[in-house]
Amino acid sequence: MTASVETSKVALTADNITVRFGGLVAVRSVSFTIPEKSIVSLIGPNGAGKTTFFNVLTGLYRPTTGSVLLGDRDITGMSPHKIASVGLGRTFQNIRLFGLMTAAENVMVAMHSHTSSNILQIVARTRHQRREEVESREFAQEMLDFVGVGRHADEYARNLSYGDQRRLEVARALALRPAVLLLDEPTAGMNPQESAVFVDFVRRVRDEQHVSVLLIEHDMSVVMRASERITVLDQGEKIAEGGPDDIRNNQRVVEAYLGRTGTEGSAR
Amino acid sequence: MSLRTPEIAESAPKKSDLGSSHTRRWALSFIAVAIVVWLFYTFVLPHSGTGVQTLIRHWMPLGSVNEALVWVICAVGLNIVVGYAGLLDLGFVAFWAIGGYTAGWIMSSFFNQITNGIYFLSSAPPNQPGIHINWWIVLIAAGCLCAFAGIIIGAPTLRLKSDYLALVTLGFGEIIPQVFLNGENINGFNATNGPKGIAPIDNIAALPFGPSTVNVGGATLAISKPLGPFDVTTKYVLFVIVAAFCIFVSLRIREGRLGRAWLAIREDELAASMMGVPLMQSKLAAYAVGAFMGGMGGVVYAIHNNSVFPDRFNFAISIILLAMVVLGGMGNVWGVIIGALGLAWFNSTGLPQFGDTFNSQFGTDINFPSYNFLIFGSILVLMMLFRREGLFPETRTRQVLQEAERSDAEELDGGEA
Repeated sequence: MTASVETSKVALTADNITVRFGGLVAVRSVSFTIPEKSIVSLIGPNGAGKTTFFNVLTGLYRPTTGSVLLGDRDITGMSPHKIASVGLGRTFQNIRLFGLMTAAENVMVAMHSHTSSNILQIVARTRHQRREEVESREFAQEMLDFVGVGRHADEYARNLSYGDQRRLEVARALALRPAVLLLDEPTAGMNPQESAVFVDFVRRVRDEQHVSVLLIEHDMSVVMRASERITVLDQGEKIAEGGPDDIRNNQRVVEAYLGRTGTEGSAR
Repeated sequence: MSLRTPEIAESAPKKSDLGSSHTRRWALSFIAVAIVVWLFYTFVLPHSGTGVQTLIRHWMPLGSVNEALVWVICAVGLNIVVGYAGLLDLGFVAFWAIGGYTAGWIMSSFFNQITNGIYFLSSAPPNQPGIHINWWIVLIAAGCLCAFAGIIIGAPTLRLKSDYLALVTLGFGEIIPQVFLNGENINGFNATNGPKGIAPIDNIAALPFGPSTVNVGGATLAISKPLGPFDVTTKYVLFVIVAAFCIFVSLRIREGRLGRAWLAIREDELAASMMGVPLMQSKLAAYAVGAFMGGMGGVVYAIHNNSVFPDRFNFAISIILLAMVVLGGMGNVWGVIIGALGLAWFNSTGLPQFGDTFNSQFGTDINFPSYNFLIFGSILVLMMLFRREGLFPETRTRQVLQEAERSDAEELDGGEA
């Protein structure tokens, strides 16, 4: 499967993002793009500002300066639900499914912004509402089948196995029909084999659901194998950007992870 | 070849359990019980022996059933806010009061400045001052007014996290009855008649037209005859209809897109917003729908009592309503109904009667009704210790509340702002 880094179109642009919390600069002037239909990773040691940056993209934080564009649309400062509905889906580092809702219901929640029945239509159960329910249900099943948890559609999310929960989160995010899918440490807690399977899965998501993927990941083998482009943050600044090989050999990245003298502690 | 068989987790919910057939069974039982109660009071009771009649009059007068239905209507409304959307509301009495006063305003001779009276499909006697609107319309009007009030108070406060929201609603529940208590002189205008309240309220009729009464198999059904304070049987039928409407609405809403959004918010607010659920809008909808039912409950309560008095709308009502929801099983409409009927009966009839019986039996002089909160409190404490999920919990919550809480560490995601 050939990488499509060369695609000129851009799915998401973060331009000159700075986030300040009081005196602390968590992210400093980071610019960053996700080409359409690509898999891009954001890495960096703990405290590098990855999560803050992620939260800016999803609308939890408003950047002090800078702007975020989804396609051509400026989403800076939009509320999270609005950003989600215009095409940014995400999963969570610590799985945050709606545990007491079934797998299908979890996915259907994410279709909220694509459905339109109001209270009166729901109570009266109009034809429009019934059709919407049936369509949501079918689409949810389709998404569940796609990620491979279709047979658990009517089980509570909390009863699924760990791996299935991860997949369900992806299905839920995909139900937003996003242009960009943000995966926050999706292989946390997986063994190497499972991680390898997951990399293939992410590729398949990208190819078949036509989304761009942004990965935050600690597992370097996953990052190197999955990504077409990697951006490295350290102490809130972008220190490197490029293909897996460039990053592997980048002196600043090695220093950021291992320390200048090589004794300051070790990240994975 | 994989050896893995599709092993379904043991507590997998049957589709029917969440959906229609389960609901239909309960709904049919509700209707059946309602009809049986009506048949009993209309046909059986008048012909039974005096012993039975006395027993029923003391332990289960139809008036107390009617009052319990008022509680059911309001508890079902509160359940939407607390049980469905997971927003703690400690001031639900405010909506009850607003509903009651709406009935007082547009269904009585209170505004005697309007000397000729404004009538609309009303069963009130003609040529009286004040506003007299048909009670079905008053029901809707009060509901809408309360939904509006719910949105007004919700808009600035629903951004708050749970505990703070509870405090604000508590304040709201205190303020509104105070406004009614002190509203007798607003720049010389008597809006609420102060502590004297508004009485009497128009005698309602089931329908504004049609025959006065009809005879069905020996029982007289009042159709367009104004119902006096003692026409409890017809009022019972009307109250059941209102309650059934609230139940119907809350069941329907729960299954649609909005119900799912509420559940998602209850489960994980942050994740819900990240999945495109507009938090404010959805919470306001829960508030408005709950308040709508609270308002209808207020009207029904005013009709039940033929009056509204500000001191009736005290904080205890909010707490009892909440206790009904928790006791019955938060989120499960049927559990909440049973909780409401049980607690309301216990409070209005069961405990006083038990007290009388006890006192006359043992020659004591204990004021049992004054211990009601002690008893409620104890029941709640015991419930929290032994049956946290309520008597008839929702299928969803049953399992999680029976287990230990999931660890807080799980909630410590870096995502929360």
